[in-house]
Amino acid sequence: MMAALRCVIYRDLLLAVRRGSDVLTVLLFFVIVVSLFPLGVGPDPTLLRTIAPGVIWVAALLASMLALNRMFASDHADGALEQMLLGATPLGMTVGAKVVAHWLVSGLPLVLISPVLALQFDFPRELLGVLVLSLVLGTPVLSLIGAIGAALTLGLRGAGALLSLLVLPLYVPVLIIGAGAAEAAASGLPGHAQLLLLGALLIFAGAFAPWAAAVALRISVE
Amino acid sequence: MKNIPGIPSLEAVDLQCTRGERTLFDGLGFTLRGGELLRISGANGSGKTSLLRIACGLLEPTRGEVRWAGENIRRLQEEFWRRLVYVGHANAIKDDLTAAENLHVACTLAGVRAQPARIGEALARLGLAGCENLPARVLSQGQRRRVALARLALSDAVPLWILDEPFAALDAAAVERVQDLITEHVSRGAAVILTTHLEARIAATLRIDLEAN
Repeated sequence: MMAALRCVIYRDLLLAVRRGSDVLTVLLFFVIVVSLFPLGVGPDPTLLRTIAPGVIWVAALLASMLALNRMFASDHADGALEQMLLGATPLGMTVGAKVVAHWLVSGLPLVLISPVLALQFDFPRELLGVLVLSLVLGTPVLSLIGAIGAALTLGLRGAGALLSLLVLPLYVPVLIIGAGAAEAAASGLPGHAQLLLLGALLIFAGAFAPWAAAVALRISVE
Repeated sequence: MKNIPGIPSLEAVDLQCTRGERTLFDGLGFTLRGGELLRISGANGSGKTSLLRIACGLLEPTRGEVRWAGENIRRLQEEFWRRLVYVGHANAIKDDLTAAENLHVACTLAGVRAQPARIGEALARLGLAGCENLPARVLSQGQRRRVALARLALSDAVPLWILDEPFAALDAAAVERVQDLITEHVSRGAAVILTTHLEARIAATLRIDLEAN
């Protein structure tokens, strides 16, 4: 079973590497959106410092939504998804492996580049840790929740718009808590509470979302 | 050639399938035992693929159930799927992976351990020697079908094969090779279900004609 899960992750990463443009699109979108804010809002350092966590979080959320469509669509189109449904591994685990691969490709790069982007906002260096940690805990939750939406809208016309409508309300709590962690730290409060909440959300979503997405996939493929 | 001992039977009981408003078939049943081959025929749109998808548990029948060793397959889930190879219409081939990688992924997902040497052998058996490391993007439609079917050469221990139009897009030589694989598998004591428009030389133990239903 572990061999099958490793194989799914390896396969998805290999596909992402061989089709590098997909990964770059998400990363570029994130960089561009975040970089536009200082240009639009103006060079006032206090203002930029205040909005930095919010802007980075909103951009990360939009970027990760941009990549959601692809999570199952190509496997659905070429029949690979059917083979996963009929695999020897429980489908929830396979979906979990796919979400891990998806996050490594579309979430992790955002986390890694966010400290560099935060510098444009004159974001205090000692608070970068909290911001990055909130993204490390938060972006996998976005991928997990997104997997349910992607599975539900698989094969539908206008899936993209429907997916955003379905998933956005569920993203809001993650956004509020995630951006709140760095904001709290910036105003001198300990950001622990928000980080712990994000961690709890991650554990909760990690335990249940793959199975919910698995059920949705079975329905979509019928 | 090793025999697969004591294969449970696959039983379909009183199946009904409705797609949209149309009832494709109703009251359909069969029992397939080890060493038997079931061939499903019928015109386009008569429900062959739907029947196969029901038989492997991808589609829920409107009424009735499919049983493996007396248990509903929708309850058995992985327990049943571990003993099944399904090759559908779609080849499940990834353009950006090589033929060997595609085959490796397909086998690993199905829980079949495949050593690289055996993967090469399986591809060679389907006449793809030399194509192992080509990306699937450059393969022709027939070659992709061969890669998908090469799984069969590695699945000799899997007791049930369900094949949807396995000969589609294949040339005469490849059709021969796939027929050999199927005949061998049936003589090993395994069960095979297939649909085909080709008048194959494989003797079918059971036949279902969906138009007659």
